[in-house]
Amino acid sequence: MAEFINASNVTFKYENQEDDGTTTYNTVLKGVSMQVNKGEFVALLGHNGCGKSTMAKLFNALQVPESGTVTVDGIDTADDQRVYDVRRRVGLVLQNPDNQLVASIVEEDVAFGPENLGVPPKEIRQRVDDALRAVDMYEYRTHAPHKLSGGQKQRVAIAGIIAMEPKCIVLDEPTAMLDPRGRDEVMNTIIKLNREKGITIILITHYMDEAVLADRIIVMDDGRVLTQGTPKEVFSQVELLKRHKLDVPQSTQLAYDLMSCGFKVDNMPLNPQECTQYLLQLLKKYS
Amino acid sequence: MSIIETQNLKLVYGADTPFEKTAVDDVSFKIEEGDFVGVIGHTGSGKSTLVQMLNGLIKPTQGKVLLNGIDIWKEPKKIRKIRFKVGMVFQYPEYQLFEETVAKDIAFGPKNMGLNDEEIKQRVTGAARFVGLNNELLLKSPFDLSGGEKRRAAIAGVIAMDPDVLILDEPTAGLDPNGRDVLLAEIAQYHKTRKNTVLLVSHSMEDIAKTADKILVMNKSHMVMLDTTQNVFSKGEQLTKMGLKIPQITQIMMNIKNTGYPVSSGVLTVEQALKQLLPLLTNEKNIKQKRGSK
Repeated sequence: MAEFINASNVTFKYENQEDDGTTTYNTVLKGVSMQVNKGEFVALLGHNGCGKSTMAKLFNALQVPESGTVTVDGIDTADDQRVYDVRRRVGLVLQNPDNQLVASIVEEDVAFGPENLGVPPKEIRQRVDDALRAVDMYEYRTHAPHKLSGGQKQRVAIAGIIAMEPKCIVLDEPTAMLDPRGRDEVMNTIIKLNREKGITIILITHYMDEAVLADRIIVMDDGRVLTQGTPKEVFSQVELLKRHKLDVPQSTQLAYDLMSCGFKVDNMPLNPQECTQYLLQLLKKYS
Repeated sequence: MSIIETQNLKLVYGADTPFEKTAVDDVSFKIEEGDFVGVIGHTGSGKSTLVQMLNGLIKPTQGKVLLNGIDIWKEPKKIRKIRFKVGMVFQYPEYQLFEETVAKDIAFGPKNMGLNDEEIKQRVTGAARFVGLNNELLLKSPFDLSGGEKRRAAIAGVIAMDPDVLILDEPTAGLDPNGRDVLLAEIAQYHKTRKNTVLLVSHSMEDIAKTADKILVMNKSHMVMLDTTQNVFSKGEQLTKMGLKIPQITQIMMNIKNTGYPVSSGVLTVEQALKQLLPLLTNEKNIKQKRGSK
């Protein structure tokens, strides 16, 4: 698989101006290296303040590393001349949909990005329609964004990014403010974009049941990469995750607890279906 | 007597305009003192409007809110007093911090209640302890705190008013799993110690399952259920139709039950599930071993 994003030994700190005129530094990234391949769906986990959101900003050149390098599609994000080339390739979706919608009509909002890229009007029309169809919001194209539900707003925000035709979308806790159905809608959209359009996805989330849907999980802790692997590999390390203030899905927790009681778990369950199957096998075996 | 009762509560936004919308329609319920009630419902179901009517931030179009049996709008000029009794923590309360120090911010509510300095001081330390903020943090500027600490400081500001009813709107949104668990444990501990009434509005069914004794379900402006947590989460299909869910563990145990094993339908936590599964597994294991030894 071809590499799309490469962060190599990245450090980053935020500057704080204190009241007494001195400057203090808050080092959030302490040498992070990670790669994301073209077309991959990667979930980025870690507790609040571990540096996940800073990574998201580095991926689309909103910030540049203090030392080390970040390349996107082979472009160094620190290269001033090419900032817009980076942002055209990597779109960013944030937590609160209300902070991301700018127009008073859904389709105008989606058109905002391509307009700013100087796309010809006829093509904008096409892109907007395609983008709204991709997130199943085409019917709502003439509605006012503020009247939509949270999940719908967030999908419009995603459509606004898709209309810029990025190769990669970074989503920073896109479902934190949504109800269960809204969360499902957004997750289904993300998976569809990844599978059908081959868009590379980087999903930052605190919901472990969303992370299990990814191809690969990268866990960050205290400005470093703690562990990474397939969801099965990562969530099998229950102790490690708990020690670093993270969690595992309830399905995994139950199997893990049974394992601690002496029952064998060959294949760590990650979702209710797998867990039910596991339990039924277990019950059958012992009856 | 119920601590909070609503009678045919109705709220219409933008009445007599083309944008007229009934946010809450004919909602009647009673909540008993000491209850811990989870409030769930899809986005736009009327949850937030409903809870804002409970402390008089929104005046109902029709119907009544009774606090300890008395209509809160009986004397509209005294509605401010109601807000000391029914404390409300909004979504993302950390954006409402404004004072120079955390201590002053927490003291804002009690000060407005007209308490004396000594009492205020006690309230501040007490509230800070409930949410796990140490003394050192109290002297800092609220803007120098981490996200989780800010959220705690804001909640402490409401707890410091010592309300009889505490309403929290999505208190764990955006917190990491550990922050979520710690905050919920603090709220549960507060409820247990203070024995007051808590309403927790949340989209996280797992959070509700861990803390609430009862659940109030809103759907399309109507209240459709108010029952024990177990009973509500036993109705998975109905909830799914309303855009809600049941916790993973409840779903798993329901599947097991439907296959014919004797487990109960309203399992809410992993611990409860283990308690039900282990006897089945070990008993049967033992029986099998005994049979084997014969």
